[in-house]
Amino acid sequence: MRDKLIVAGKKFNSRLIVGTGKYKNMAECAKAIELSGADIVTVAVRRVNISNKNQPLLMDYIDPKKITYLPNTAGCFTSRDALRTLRLAREIGGWKLVKLEVLGDKKNLFPEMIETLKTTEVLTREGFKVMVYCNDDPLMAKRLESAGASAIMPLAAPIGSGLGILNQVNIKIIRKQTKLPLIIDAGLGQASDATIAMELGCDGVLVNTAIAKAKKPFVMAEAFKNAVIAGRQSFLSGRIIKTIMGSPSSPTKGII
Amino acid sequence: MKKINKIKIKINGKITTIVDKITLAELIKDLKIPLRKVAIELNREIIDKKRIRNMKLKNNDVIEIVHFIGGG
Repeated sequence: MRDKLIVAGKKFNSRLIVGTGKYKNMAECAKAIELSGADIVTVAVRRVNISNKNQPLLMDYIDPKKITYLPNTAGCFTSRDALRTLRLAREIGGWKLVKLEVLGDKKNLFPEMIETLKTTEVLTREGFKVMVYCNDDPLMAKRLESAGASAIMPLAAPIGSGLGILNQVNIKIIRKQTKLPLIIDAGLGQASDATIAMELGCDGVLVNTAIAKAKKPFVMAEAFKNAVIAGRQSFLSGRIIKTIMGSPSSPTKGII
Repeated sequence: MKKINKIKIKINGKITTIVDKITLAELIKDLKIPLRKVAIELNREIIDKKRIRNMKLKNNDVIEIVHFIGGG
Protein backbone atom coordinates (compact mmCIF):
# COMPACT_ATOMS: atom_id res chain seq x y z
CA MET A 1 0.00 0.00 0.00
CA ARG A 2 1.49 3.31 -1.07
CA ASP A 3 0.73 6.37 0.98
CA LYS A 4 -0.99 9.07 -1.00
CA LEU A 5 -0.40 12.74 -1.50
CA ILE A 6 -3.45 14.66 -0.28
CA VAL A 7 -3.96 18.23 -1.44
CA ALA A 8 -7.16 20.12 -0.64
CA GLY A 9 -8.88 16.83 0.17
CA LYS A 10 -7.94 15.24 -3.17
CA LYS A 11 -5.81 12.10 -3.19
CA PHE A 12 -2.99 11.50 -5.64
CA ASN A 13 -0.91 8.37 -6.10
CA SER A 14 2.26 10.11 -7.20
CA ARG A 15 4.20 12.62 -5.15
CA LEU A 16 5.91 13.94 -8.25
CA ILE A 17 4.28 16.87 -10.00
CA VAL A 18 5.71 17.77 -13.38
CA GLY A 19 5.64 20.87 -15.52
CA THR A 20 4.69 20.71 -19.18
CA GLY A 21 6.93 23.49 -20.47
CA LYS A 22 10.26 23.55 -22.35
CA TYR A 23 9.78 20.25 -24.21
CA LYS A 24 10.68 19.92 -27.90
CA ASN A 25 7.07 19.16 -28.76
CA MET A 26 3.79 17.95 -27.29
CA ALA A 27 4.48 14.29 -28.04
CA GLU A 28 7.76 14.38 -26.12
CA CYS A 29 6.05 16.16 -23.25
CA ALA A 30 3.22 13.62 -23.09
CA LYS A 31 5.59 10.65 -23.09
CA ALA A 32 7.83 12.14 -20.40
CA ILE A 33 4.79 12.74 -18.21
CA GLU A 34 3.63 9.18 -18.67
CA LEU A 35 7.04 7.83 -17.71
CA SER A 36 7.25 10.12 -14.68
CA GLY A 37 4.05 8.58 -13.31
CA ALA A 38 2.82 12.04 -12.31
CA ASP A 39 -0.88 12.53 -11.54
CA ILE A 40 -0.65 16.33 -11.59
CA VAL A 41 0.86 18.53 -14.29
CA THR A 42 1.25 22.29 -14.26
CA VAL A 43 -0.06 24.19 -17.26
CA ALA A 44 0.10 27.82 -18.34
CA VAL A 45 -2.71 30.05 -19.58
CA ARG A 46 -1.95 31.82 -22.85
CA ARG A 47 -3.68 33.37 -25.86
CA VAL A 48 -5.07 30.99 -28.47
CA ASN A 49 -3.21 31.37 -31.76
CA ILE A 50 -5.98 32.78 -33.94
CA SER A 51 -4.06 32.72 -37.21
CA ASN A 52 -2.89 29.09 -36.98
CA LYS A 53 -5.89 26.92 -36.27
CA ASN A 54 -3.99 23.69 -36.77
CA GLN A 55 -1.76 24.37 -33.82
CA PRO A 56 -1.69 21.25 -31.61
CA LEU A 57 -3.56 21.62 -28.32
CA LEU A 58 -2.20 20.42 -25.00
CA MET A 59 -5.52 18.81 -24.17
CA ASP A 60 -5.23 16.60 -27.25
CA TYR A 61 -2.01 15.13 -25.86
CA ILE A 62 -2.63 15.10 -22.12
CA ASP A 63 -6.13 14.08 -21.14
CA PRO A 64 -7.39 16.31 -18.30
CA LYS A 65 -9.76 13.52 -17.29
CA LYS A 66 -6.82 11.24 -16.51
CA ILE A 67 -4.24 13.75 -15.29
CA THR A 68 -5.04 16.69 -13.04
CA TYR A 69 -4.23 20.00 -14.68
CA LEU A 70 -2.78 22.50 -12.26
CA PRO A 71 -3.10 25.93 -13.90
CA ASN A 72 -0.29 28.25 -12.91
CA THR A 73 0.36 31.96 -13.14
CA ALA A 74 3.85 31.69 -14.60
CA GLY A 75 4.96 34.99 -16.03
CA CYS A 76 2.77 37.09 -13.74
CA PHE A 77 4.51 39.91 -11.90
CA THR A 78 1.49 41.47 -10.20
CA SER A 79 -1.43 40.30 -8.12
CA ARG A 80 -3.78 41.73 -10.74
CA ASP A 81 -2.32 39.62 -13.54
CA ALA A 82 -2.25 36.48 -11.41
CA LEU A 83 -5.90 36.88 -10.43
CA ARG A 84 -6.91 37.51 -14.03
CA THR A 85 -5.03 34.40 -15.19
CA LEU A 86 -6.50 32.06 -12.60
CA ARG A 87 -10.03 33.34 -12.99
CA LEU A 88 -9.69 32.62 -16.71
CA ALA A 89 -8.25 29.17 -15.97
CA ARG A 90 -11.27 28.40 -13.82
CA GLU A 91 -13.55 29.47 -16.66
CA ILE A 92 -11.85 27.11 -19.13
CA GLY A 93 -13.04 24.08 -17.25
CA GLY A 94 -13.90 24.63 -13.64
CA TRP A 95 -10.40 24.30 -12.25
CA LYS A 96 -10.21 25.39 -8.62
CA LEU A 97 -6.95 23.75 -7.62
CA VAL A 98 -4.32 26.19 -8.86
CA LYS A 99 -0.69 27.09 -8.49
CA LEU A 100 -0.04 30.69 -7.63
CA GLU A 101 3.27 32.21 -8.59
CA VAL A 102 3.86 35.97 -8.57
CA LEU A 103 7.39 36.81 -9.59
CA GLY A 104 9.33 39.85 -8.48
CA ASP A 105 12.50 39.86 -10.56
CA LYS A 106 12.99 38.90 -14.20
CA LYS A 107 16.57 37.69 -13.67
CA ASN A 108 16.43 35.54 -10.55
CA LEU A 109 12.68 34.79 -10.82
CA PHE A 110 12.28 34.97 -7.07
CA PRO A 111 8.69 35.24 -5.86
CA GLU A 112 7.32 38.66 -4.88
CA MET A 113 5.98 37.54 -1.53
CA ILE A 114 3.91 40.59 -0.58
CA GLU A 115 1.89 40.29 -3.80
CA THR A 116 1.79 36.51 -3.41
CA LEU A 117 0.32 36.74 0.09
CA LYS A 118 -2.26 39.31 -0.95
CA THR A 119 -3.29 37.19 -3.93
CA THR A 120 -3.56 34.02 -1.82
CA GLU A 121 -6.07 35.79 0.44
CA VAL A 122 -8.22 36.94 -2.49
CA LEU A 123 -8.17 33.57 -4.26
CA THR A 124 -9.04 31.68 -1.10
CA ARG A 125 -12.03 33.98 -0.54
CA GLU A 126 -13.14 33.21 -4.10
CA GLY A 127 -13.12 29.48 -3.40
CA PHE A 128 -9.84 28.56 -5.07
CA LYS A 129 -7.57 25.93 -3.55
CA VAL A 130 -4.22 27.63 -3.82
CA MET A 131 -0.87 25.89 -3.94
CA VAL A 132 1.59 28.70 -3.41
CA TYR A 133 5.06 29.06 -4.87
CA CYS A 134 7.12 30.90 -2.27
CA ASN A 135 10.60 31.52 -1.01
CA ASP A 136 12.02 29.24 1.68
CA ASP A 137 11.20 31.61 4.53
CA PRO A 138 9.45 29.87 7.46
CA LEU A 139 7.78 33.12 8.59
CA MET A 140 6.30 33.79 5.17
CA ALA A 141 5.20 30.14 4.97
CA LYS A 142 3.27 30.70 8.19
CA ARG A 143 1.62 33.81 6.79
CA LEU A 144 0.55 31.87 3.70
CA GLU A 145 -0.91 29.15 5.86
CA SER A 146 -2.95 31.73 7.80
CA ALA A 147 -4.10 33.21 4.50
CA GLY A 148 -5.66 29.88 3.57
CA ALA A 149 -3.09 28.26 1.26
CA SER A 150 -3.74 24.61 0.35
CA ALA A 151 -0.05 23.79 -0.09
CA ILE A 152 3.24 25.52 0.62
CA MET A 153 5.65 25.29 -2.29
CA PRO A 154 9.04 26.73 -1.44
CA LEU A 155 11.75 26.96 -4.05
CA ALA A 156 14.85 24.81 -3.77
CA ALA A 157 16.76 27.37 -5.85
CA PRO A 158 15.87 29.83 -8.66
CA ILE A 159 13.48 28.43 -11.28
CA GLY A 160 15.30 26.45 -13.94
CA SER A 161 18.68 26.82 -12.19
CA GLY A 162 19.21 23.14 -11.41
CA LEU A 163 21.11 24.01 -8.21
CA GLY A 164 19.19 21.66 -5.92
CA ILE A 165 18.05 22.49 -2.38
CA LEU A 166 20.17 25.41 -1.21
CA ASN A 167 18.79 25.78 2.28
CA GLN A 168 17.89 22.44 3.79
CA VAL A 169 17.59 23.90 7.28
CA ASN A 170 14.81 26.27 6.24
CA ILE A 171 12.92 23.46 4.54
CA LYS A 172 13.21 21.39 7.74
CA ILE A 173 11.90 24.29 9.83
CA ILE A 174 8.95 24.79 7.49
CA ARG A 175 8.28 21.04 7.64
CA LYS A 176 8.23 21.13 11.42
CA GLN A 177 5.79 24.00 11.66
CA THR A 178 3.19 23.03 9.06
CA LYS A 179 0.80 20.16 8.48
CA LEU A 180 -0.07 21.51 5.04
CA PRO A 181 1.34 19.68 2.03
CA LEU A 182 4.91 20.90 1.58
CA ILE A 183 6.09 20.61 -1.99
CA ILE A 184 9.50 21.67 -3.27
CA ASP A 185 8.94 23.74 -6.38
CA ALA A 186 11.70 24.89 -8.69
CA GLY A 187 15.46 24.64 -8.83
CA LEU A 188 16.02 20.89 -8.81
CA GLY A 189 18.66 19.60 -11.21
CA GLN A 190 18.91 15.86 -10.85
CA ALA A 191 16.98 12.94 -9.41
CA SER A 192 18.93 12.82 -6.13
CA ASP A 193 17.74 16.38 -5.38
CA ALA A 194 14.20 15.02 -5.31
CA THR A 195 15.24 12.22 -2.97
CA ILE A 196 16.78 14.77 -0.59
CA ALA A 197 13.58 16.83 -0.65
CA MET A 198 11.51 13.78 0.25
CA GLU A 199 13.99 12.74 2.96
CA LEU A 200 13.62 16.19 4.51
CA GLY A 201 9.97 15.30 4.96
CA CYS A 202 8.45 17.13 2.01
CA ASP A 203 5.17 15.73 0.69
CA GLY A 204 6.16 16.07 -2.92
CA VAL A 205 8.29 17.82 -5.53
CA LEU A 206 7.52 19.77 -8.66
CA VAL A 207 9.96 19.39 -11.55
CA ASN A 208 10.00 20.79 -15.05
CA THR A 209 13.34 21.93 -16.47
CA ALA A 210 15.41 19.11 -14.93
CA ILE A 211 13.36 16.59 -16.94
CA ALA A 212 12.48 18.59 -20.05
CA LYS A 213 16.02 19.84 -20.65
CA ALA A 214 17.90 16.66 -19.72
CA LYS A 215 19.73 15.09 -22.68
CA LYS A 216 17.42 12.09 -22.29
CA PRO A 217 14.16 13.45 -20.88
CA PHE A 218 12.41 10.06 -20.86
CA VAL A 219 15.13 8.40 -18.78
CA MET A 220 15.27 11.41 -16.47
CA ALA A 221 11.48 11.29 -16.03
CA GLU A 222 11.78 7.72 -14.78
CA ALA A 223 14.76 8.64 -12.62
CA PHE A 224 12.71 11.34 -10.89
CA LYS A 225 9.81 8.95 -10.42
CA ASN A 226 12.08 6.45 -8.68
CA ALA A 227 13.93 9.12 -6.74
CA VAL A 228 10.72 10.49 -5.22
CA ILE A 229 9.56 7.01 -4.23
CA ALA A 230 12.99 6.20 -2.76
CA GLY A 231 13.10 9.44 -0.80
CA ARG A 232 9.63 8.98 0.59
CA GLN A 233 10.35 5.39 1.66
CA SER A 234 13.62 6.48 3.21
CA PHE A 235 11.85 9.26 5.14
CA LEU A 236 9.15 6.92 6.40
CA SER A 237 11.68 4.24 7.43
CA GLY A 238 13.27 6.30 10.19
CA ARG A 239 16.93 6.73 9.44
CA ILE A 240 19.73 5.74 11.85
CA ILE A 241 21.37 8.25 14.16
CA LYS A 242 24.54 9.83 12.78
CA THR A 243 27.73 9.10 14.75
CA ILE A 244 31.31 10.10 14.11
CA MET A 245 32.75 6.72 15.11
CA GLY A 246 32.43 3.43 13.26
CA SER A 247 30.18 0.55 14.27
CA PRO A 248 30.95 -2.84 12.69
CA SER A 249 28.24 -4.45 10.63
CA SER A 250 29.40 -8.01 11.34
CA PRO A 251 29.35 -9.65 14.82
CA THR A 252 32.61 -9.18 16.72
CA LYS A 253 32.10 -12.46 18.59
CA GLY A 254 33.38 -15.72 17.12
CA ILE A 255 36.09 -14.14 15.02
CA ILE A 256 38.64 -16.83 14.08
CA MET B 1 -28.66 46.00 -52.21
CA LYS B 2 -28.39 46.33 -48.46
CA LYS B 3 -25.09 47.70 -47.25
CA ILE B 4 -23.20 45.47 -44.83
CA ASN B 5 -21.84 47.46 -41.93
CA LYS B 6 -18.48 46.48 -40.55
CA ILE B 7 -16.95 47.02 -37.14
CA LYS B 8 -13.43 46.84 -35.81
CA ILE B 9 -12.62 44.66 -32.81
CA LYS B 10 -9.42 43.47 -31.21
CA ILE B 11 -8.93 39.71 -30.80
CA ASN B 12 -5.90 38.56 -28.83
CA GLY B 13 -4.14 41.84 -29.51
CA LYS B 14 -4.90 41.91 -33.24
CA ILE B 15 -7.30 44.42 -34.79
CA THR B 16 -9.81 42.62 -36.99
CA THR B 17 -12.71 43.83 -39.10
CA ILE B 18 -15.90 41.83 -38.78
CA VAL B 19 -19.49 42.12 -39.92
CA ASP B 20 -21.69 44.19 -37.63
CA LYS B 21 -24.37 42.51 -35.48
CA ILE B 22 -22.41 39.31 -35.13
CA THR B 23 -22.58 37.59 -31.72
CA LEU B 24 -19.62 36.38 -29.70
CA ALA B 25 -20.80 32.79 -30.26
CA GLU B 26 -20.79 33.30 -34.04
CA LEU B 27 -17.29 34.79 -33.91
CA ILE B 28 -15.95 31.82 -31.92
CA LYS B 29 -17.59 29.48 -34.41
CA ASP B 30 -16.10 31.37 -37.39
CA LEU B 31 -12.65 31.18 -35.82
CA LYS B 32 -13.15 27.41 -35.38
CA ILE B 33 -12.21 27.61 -31.73
CA PRO B 34 -13.25 24.66 -29.53
CA LEU B 35 -15.32 26.49 -26.90
CA ARG B 36 -14.89 23.68 -24.39
CA LYS B 37 -11.14 24.25 -24.24
CA VAL B 38 -10.96 28.03 -23.91
CA ALA B 39 -11.93 30.95 -21.71
CA ILE B 40 -13.06 34.29 -23.09
CA GLU B 41 -12.70 37.82 -21.86
CA LEU B 42 -14.71 40.67 -23.36
CA ASN B 43 -13.46 44.14 -22.46
CA ARG B 44 -11.57 42.72 -19.48
CA GLU B 45 -14.57 40.86 -18.13
CA ILE B 46 -14.64 37.08 -18.06
CA ILE B 47 -17.59 35.78 -20.00
CA ASP B 48 -19.83 32.92 -18.95
CA LYS B 49 -19.59 30.64 -21.99
CA LYS B 50 -23.28 29.78 -21.71
CA ARG B 51 -24.21 33.39 -22.37
CA ILE B 52 -22.25 34.07 -25.56
CA ARG B 53 -25.17 33.34 -27.88
CA ASN B 54 -26.84 36.56 -26.89
CA MET B 55 -23.78 38.77 -26.82
CA LYS B 56 -23.67 41.14 -29.80
CA LEU B 57 -20.25 42.56 -30.51
CA LYS B 58 -19.73 46.31 -30.77
CA ASN B 59 -17.14 48.51 -32.42
CA ASN B 60 -13.84 48.62 -30.46
CA ASP B 61 -14.62 45.56 -28.36
CA VAL B 62 -11.51 43.89 -27.00
CA ILE B 63 -11.61 40.10 -26.86
CA GLU B 64 -9.11 37.73 -25.30
CA ILE B 65 -9.38 34.01 -25.93
CA VAL B 66 -7.04 31.83 -23.87
CA HIS B 67 -6.32 28.15 -23.40
CA PHE B 68 -3.88 25.89 -21.60
CA ILE B 69 -0.40 25.37 -22.99
CA GLY B 70 2.74 23.72 -21.66
CA GLY B 71 4.22 25.47 -18.66
CA GLY B 72 6.18 24.85 -15.48
